[in-house]
Amino acid sequence: MSLVQSAKGDTAQQARSLYRQLLRQGGQFAAYNFREYAKRRARDAFREHKDVQDEREIQKLIQKGLKELQSMKRQTVISQFYQLDRLVVEGGSSGKQTGRRNDLVRQNDTGLD
Amino acid sequence: MSNLAVASLRHTSRLCLKQPVSSAALLRGPAPKLAAVAGQKISTRGYVSETKPDNAQVNIDTAIRADQKAFIQQAGKMPEGQKVPGTSMNADVMMSPMAGVLKQATVMDEGQRPIYLDMQATTPLDPRVLDAMLPYYSGLYGNPHSRTHAYGWETDRATEEARQHVASLIGADPKEIVFTSGATESNNMSVKGVARFFGRSGKKKHVITSQTEHKCVLDSCRHLQDEGFDVTYLPVKSSGLIDMAELEAAIRPETALVSIMSVNNEIGVIQPLEEIGKLCRSKKVFFHTDAAQAVGKIPLDVDKMNIDLMSISSHKIYGPKGIGACYVRRRPRVRIDPIISGGGQERGLRSGTLAPALVVGFGEACRIAKEEMPYDSQRIKKLSDRLLKGLLALEHTTQNGDLNHFYPGCVNVSFAYVEGESLLMALKDIALSSGSACTSASLEPSYVLRALGSSDESAHSSIRFGIGRFTTESEIDYVLKAVQERVTFLRELSPLWELVQEGIALDSIEWSQH
Repeated sequence: MSLVQSAKGDTAQQARSLYRQLLRQGGQFAAYNFREYAKRRARDAFREHKDVQDEREIQKLIQKGLKELQSMKRQTVISQFYQLDRLVVEGGSSGKQTGRRNDLVRQNDTGLD
Repeated sequence: MSNLAVASLRHTSRLCLKQPVSSAALLRGPAPKLAAVAGQKISTRGYVSETKPDNAQVNIDTAIRADQKAFIQQAGKMPEGQKVPGTSMNADVMMSPMAGVLKQATVMDEGQRPIYLDMQATTPLDPRVLDAMLPYYSGLYGNPHSRTHAYGWETDRATEEARQHVASLIGADPKEIVFTSGATESNNMSVKGVARFFGRSGKKKHVITSQTEHKCVLDSCRHLQDEGFDVTYLPVKSSGLIDMAELEAAIRPETALVSIMSVNNEIGVIQPLEEIGKLCRSKKVFFHTDAAQAVGKIPLDVDKMNIDLMSISSHKIYGPKGIGACYVRRRPRVRIDPIISGGGQERGLRSGTLAPALVVGFGEACRIAKEEMPYDSQRIKKLSDRLLKGLLALEHTTQNGDLNHFYPGCVNVSFAYVEGESLLMALKDIALSSGSACTSASLEPSYVLRALGSSDESAHSSIRFGIGRFTTESEIDYVLKAVQERVTFLRELSPLWELVQEGIALDSIEWSQH
């Protein structure tokens, strides 16, 4: 395998790993809307740039992804500290949490009733 | 550098520790075996415990998990451990099928937070924006106007960078951006400021605005009327757009300012800014636009559209609340009589210390909005089409506003024969509004819809759906299902609906007087 080829395989591996990490980290958001957005945005951004060939461009995009990943790592931790009730659309149509986990953290909203 | 020093210090301390033992052994020469053994023991024992870098570190993961557990213990409750007040049973027993009949149990596992679909009122703070803001709430607390120390310099640099981001979103120069507390302040500053400055000479004492403006522009104009200014409130067409011929006819030689909003907050109609700007420039009248709902959502360019003053709000573009900006053109220069006077910050137009964290958040929100505009608008268009198609598939529903010139993130629909407020009450699991948040406390029909010429009934029965960056497909589907169910339910209750079903036109009925 030539040097160029091995380098190319390396970036592909790097990109795949970044993609997996972004998806995994995005799933950690406590808030439903942010969680869905993070997953969707990562998926769409990788799809959009799947045909990029220029090595320099690829590196630039990977750096951007890494920056987003770092910020997401901080923000998911913050969001887990301030969890609110689940939305009505979450956890099936009735919004019920299944199983006996019961680890929802609740905050009573005043003025809703 | 510091690492090196620490390492060398550690090394010398260890040497010193060993020194007395070895020197003693040397002095004694052929020492007895016992002493040698003892000496060895001492040297391995050591009186200074060795330091390791991770001794002082807290493992962040375990700390977070422990904290979370403590929080859940305090807040999240297991049903079997909960005694239901007033009975001797625990919550587990109460959650049996019978419990639903008794209506005493609280279902503790169900998510009850409503879906947020009121993006015209405000938007959630983007986590990326919060990430940019946090350093300015934790460590970088300098006053950006302090020129004598590094604390001031670093926040000053950050605010200037944010100003750059805001300016590039609307195609302006950073020097033309004035940070304010929000779009309301920007509107007040622009309308009152220009009118007062140019009205001083007594020649230019006329202001033009439209009937569908936001309350803060209308109220500023009301104040100007009290001060002796002449104000023209332009009517709008039934589509919500203003009539260019009417605007041209309304401009007089003594007109100082024309204020027309870019995107309406209730019906989402986009006004023809470019044409208005061209007309105002040709008549030498200043053009102010309230772009709180437009910036970051539709492409705007102040030079191309000949806009002289523009109000921008941060919390409508996923930024923090409490900050906004006003664009004030420099060439040709727009002179303003400042409302807030003081230390002369922000070109003397708006004195008062800037809040670096908010400014940085606002700048980051603008940067993201510019970067994500193609992606976001494409997605919002898709969701909006889905929502509109579903809602208009119901019978006797109409969309308010112009069907071609509206921002897809704002969908305003009238459901005939249903009371809007009662529909909002029925849709408790969805956060919606019938009009702007400022007027949502009153039961009056929206003045914007009245200005379009809608009847009282139609204005009463309209609901605004706001779609944003974080709205998902399943939320739209949920909303469609819920609206369909409850509109049908409410119509079944209504006697008017019965008459309509029988084919009686409501206008033909002569209601008996009581």
